[in-house]
Amino acid sequence: MDHPLTANIRPGEGPPDIEAYGKAGGYRALQKVLKEADPKGLIQTVMDSHLRGRGGAGFPTGRKWSFVPPGDRAAHPVYFIINADEMEPGTFKDRLLLEGNPHLLIEGTIIGAYAIQADIAYIFLRQEYTLAKRSCSRAIARAYERGYLGKNILGSGYSLELYLHTSAGRYICGEETALLNALEGRRAIPRAKPPFPPVTGLWGKPTIVNNVETICNVPIIVEHGADRFRELSRSVDGGTKLYGVSGRVKRPGLWELPMGATIREILEEHAGGMRDGFKLRGIIPGGASTDFLAADQLDVKMDFDSVAAAGSRLGTGTMIILDDRTCPVGMVLNLIRFFARESCGWCTPCREGLPWLARILEAIENGEGRPRDLDILRRHTGLLAPGHTFCALAPGAVEPLQSALTLFEEDFNRHIRENRCPWRK
Amino acid sequence: MLTPEELTEIQAELARYEQKRGGCIEALKTVQRHRGWISDETLAELADFLEMTPAELGSVSTFYNLLFRKPVGRHVILVCTSVSCWVMGMGDLLEHIEKKLGINLGETTADGRFTLLPNVCLGACDRAPVLMIDSDLYGDPDVKTIDEILAGYV
Repeated sequence: MDHPLTANIRPGEGPPDIEAYGKAGGYRALQKVLKEADPKGLIQTVMDSHLRGRGGAGFPTGRKWSFVPPGDRAAHPVYFIINADEMEPGTFKDRLLLEGNPHLLIEGTIIGAYAIQADIAYIFLRQEYTLAKRSCSRAIARAYERGYLGKNILGSGYSLELYLHTSAGRYICGEETALLNALEGRRAIPRAKPPFPPVTGLWGKPTIVNNVETICNVPIIVEHGADRFRELSRSVDGGTKLYGVSGRVKRPGLWELPMGATIREILEEHAGGMRDGFKLRGIIPGGASTDFLAADQLDVKMDFDSVAAAGSRLGTGTMIILDDRTCPVGMVLNLIRFFARESCGWCTPCREGLPWLARILEAIENGEGRPRDLDILRRHTGLLAPGHTFCALAPGAVEPLQSALTLFEEDFNRHIRENRCPWRK
Repeated sequence: MLTPEELTEIQAELARYEQKRGGCIEALKTVQRHRGWISDETLAELADFLEMTPAELGSVSTFYNLLFRKPVGRHVILVCTSVSCWVMGMGDLLEHIEKKLGINLGETTADGRFTLLPNVCLGACDRAPVLMIDSDLYGDPDVKTIDEILAGYV
């Protein structure tokens, strides 16, 4: 029970089918939930488990569910949506769960939908995850055959339809209100909040949007209880976490560890440390829109509060490593270019500000930077901060930039002083 | 004209959404699957069928990265240009592919065989640098293996 999320995943072998999943205890949690018939108690259990959203924001899952108006006060249909639009650069954790054990996700989806008494559920999947599409479609079909989905599930009187929606590709679809617009067949532009989706979501109906990894934890909580789930963690947040490392390390990959494992443990023990000939210079801890941590912050625990206290965010928990043979200015340019390209264009600071930042960084990287460029960059990290834009895209985009300007200030200065990128051949 | 086959597939998708327009992205993807891309004529017919205006459906179609409003090659190469792949040397690999095919990102080869497009992080960063050709993912190919891989798509 140390690795409840990944225990039944065998890379290279394909996902367990419904028989194998059932044999390993699968769909027992669903049966328990339907027998107890206590959606309110279920939400309380998830609150007690201290499960926080694994998509990046870390919002307590049980609390989110509790915002759906209960019973006949809710407008129906109520929707439950799985955000499987994993696109945060450097993030590859949901892919493992979607390809490796789709029934865990489906069981969690049915339980979560039951908690808020949803009528319809969608898995919102990015188009490029073709293997995941196959594994999820097959698993959904099997779950219908067994009576875990559809009308009157296992004779409980509860009914749920689950559909797989594959997106047409755009980073902003991962933002939950943009995702709702995409599902309504519109441009995926974030919506003004409030009203929040639990009250006014898809087609104006109560809607919960949860990340894949978050929901895969739900059957585990139901089966083993909130106390046991909290004990899996080394922090105040319950459960385990899928941590990942990419960049010039010996063994890039993913590992399920207690929430609150340190960066050192993940980077040195599991990823095998830096490749020979490369030195660690910085760590982006949780996907592209989190602040750089310095090479000497290895003892930071990878849980929501500890990473925040260290000056960044846990985000998706998948780290990107900056080594000494990679230009930090070039790396930030790559990140800002990405966000500029993927901006939905709806609000001005993001649409205009990000391309401007990209042009300045490009000039510095090409040896055409001027000393006052750094002031312009710094000012923009404030201008694009939370509260100035419609959604979190631009504030997220400037996180790695603002920390790079401090941590790698001398590298920026050197580009400008020497009129060249010192890393270019 | 939308073919009976396309219409059947689109109808099946529409049933999954509270309102007809909810299925419009699936509908656009369906015609693209059959025709390779979405022309103005196709878009207008589809809009009519979905009870949307061509302008409305057009605005949706131009928003999404993987809906093609221009003809593309027989095979579409999606190159991950995001940060982990950049750190791991996508720059050199991409330069090689561009030289080999004689096109830049965003272009199609003269023989209509390949279209080369930049893509959002492909979510396989432990295998960086990665690219996709049609629906196949390739992790960390070197210059020699990429030539062999490309040769497999005629």
